[in-house]
Amino acid sequence: MLSRTFVRARATFSVRFPGRTNLSTLAVLEQNNGALNPSSLSTLTAARQLGGEVHALVAGINTENAAATAAKVKGVSKVLQVQNEAYERGLPESFAPMVKANAEKGGYTHILAGHSAFGKNVMPRVAALMDLQMVSDAIKMDGNEEFTRPIYAGNAILSIKSTDKVKLVTVRGTAFQAPPEDAEGNNAPVEAGEDPKASSPTEWVGEELSTSTRPDLSTASRVVSGGRGLKSKEEFDRLIPPLADALGAAIGASRAAVDSGFADNSLQVGQTGKNVAPQLYFAAGISGAIQHLAGMKDSKVIACVNKDADAPIFQVADAGLVGDLFEVLPELTNKVKQ
Amino acid sequence: MSLRILVPVKRVIDYAVKPRVNKAQTAVETEGVKHSMNPFDELAVEEAVRLRERKKSPVEDILAISAGSSKAIDTLRTAMAMGADRGLHIESMSELEPLSVAKLLRQVVQDEKRNLVILGKQSIDDDASQTGVMLAGLLNWPQATCASKVEIEGETCTVTREVDGGVETIKAKLPMVITTDLRLNEPRYTTLPNIMKAKKKPLEKKTLKDYGGIDVAKRLETLKVTDPPPRKGGDKVENVDGLVSKLKELGAI
Repeated sequence: MLSRTFVRARATFSVRFPGRTNLSTLAVLEQNNGALNPSSLSTLTAARQLGGEVHALVAGINTENAAATAAKVKGVSKVLQVQNEAYERGLPESFAPMVKANAEKGGYTHILAGHSAFGKNVMPRVAALMDLQMVSDAIKMDGNEEFTRPIYAGNAILSIKSTDKVKLVTVRGTAFQAPPEDAEGNNAPVEAGEDPKASSPTEWVGEELSTSTRPDLSTASRVVSGGRGLKSKEEFDRLIPPLADALGAAIGASRAAVDSGFADNSLQVGQTGKNVAPQLYFAAGISGAIQHLAGMKDSKVIACVNKDADAPIFQVADAGLVGDLFEVLPELTNKVKQ
Repeated sequence: MSLRILVPVKRVIDYAVKPRVNKAQTAVETEGVKHSMNPFDELAVEEAVRLRERKKSPVEDILAISAGSSKAIDTLRTAMAMGADRGLHIESMSELEPLSVAKLLRQVVQDEKRNLVILGKQSIDDDASQTGVMLAGLLNWPQATCASKVEIEGETCTVTREVDGGVETIKAKLPMVITTDLRLNEPRYTTLPNIMKAKKKPLEKKTLKDYGGIDVAKRLETLKVTDPPPRKGGDKVENVDGLVSKLKELGAI
């Protein structure tokens, strides 16, 4: 009954806009412990750019708040909520069949999710189950079947056209501005989504998350990153956090710093770590290898301090200072505080 | 249960080379450019070899596979020099998309009765990070992606995964698909004696025709490949005061 009303609504839409197909998008959002992952909201921005109806999907336990947050976002016309503990941890073996069931029931033309650890873990599985060639890490929606994405660590930009019947795309969070979290004015209905009650052969054992009161690295407006030049974990911990605190910034790190044990893996910025595009990216003691630049070169302003004047980081930095980190960072921290 | 491991490896432009877009803007220039094994695949081969060395579960054999031009055979020989027992090359003139590769791998898993597939989490050229997860989906096997620690005892695999914000641990029973993250291990260098030995290891050659029933048609059409917009960097300041005022001027602080 519901789906029939839905089809009719879309038919009216195409009459009013001749030449347009019955476009509709399912945006798969991430939630954790009942809270919507704010960076997954940028998926809704990408979905709106496609045109057509936008439905959001949240799944797990205690998803009421997450569903309510999504329902407030401008342009969302329905929220599908699947309440089942099976989906709480996002285990792909059960989550992917659930996404597929909802995608097929709604007859969506597009399925979108963030290109995050979650998206990368789940969405290709959905693609395989639905026989679709997924488009990864899109940075632009060029109409509704053409997409732009970076390849070769961002050293080339690829424009592609998908010939799949359903377009399954993961999007780069930093390329689409997230709608304001406290947005009011929309009140989309929340409905129960399809629950195929798929079980997972994989058992979730536990997690160790680095706790921090600092802003989240992927969405922070400022990032202070440290590299090999800091020489030790002690120096990293002595010099980087105070500057980050003074700037209200998140902390990042280069692969060299992570591999040497200066910083946690989850702080790695780069091709194989996180992509960030803050207002200010401050690179301390980072040479600027191709793989690192891949994760931060879309930052608005890049600043760096390095003792090697020939380090490649200076080629992309809007403000670079050749100098000794151990003198510059404390001085800078003091002057920023003032 | 003994492990019958499949390790797919891909030949890509070497990670240290800065790729250049060709004049026609149809692809990245590969002619005359240094290529090597995708770094994440090296980690996968290394992990397979270490599973054998750890002796917790007997390893029946390690099969390395690569699809692509005949040059991919070099990559397979490298995998064998690292410790893979044999190689399988599927010749393909055109580039294969992740879904097609996953479908070929599913067939090989079935033909070769594999119970563990270890792949890189992504290839550094296409940066898609899809193949391993698609394969797990096609086989309906459990998956553990972005592994930084793998322990297999009997039929049980316990894998620590790198996720946003930290790590998580999951457990599943074989058969399974695992993809590697950077922190999993440090791949060994191949030694000359091992390179010589690898030349004598069996290498089977097939073509896409041998997998005629599998649809490997492209679903994504390349419209254009371009250079990323250049950044106007290069501005240096003299001292910390200069840095602070420059950042203020740019509105960054």
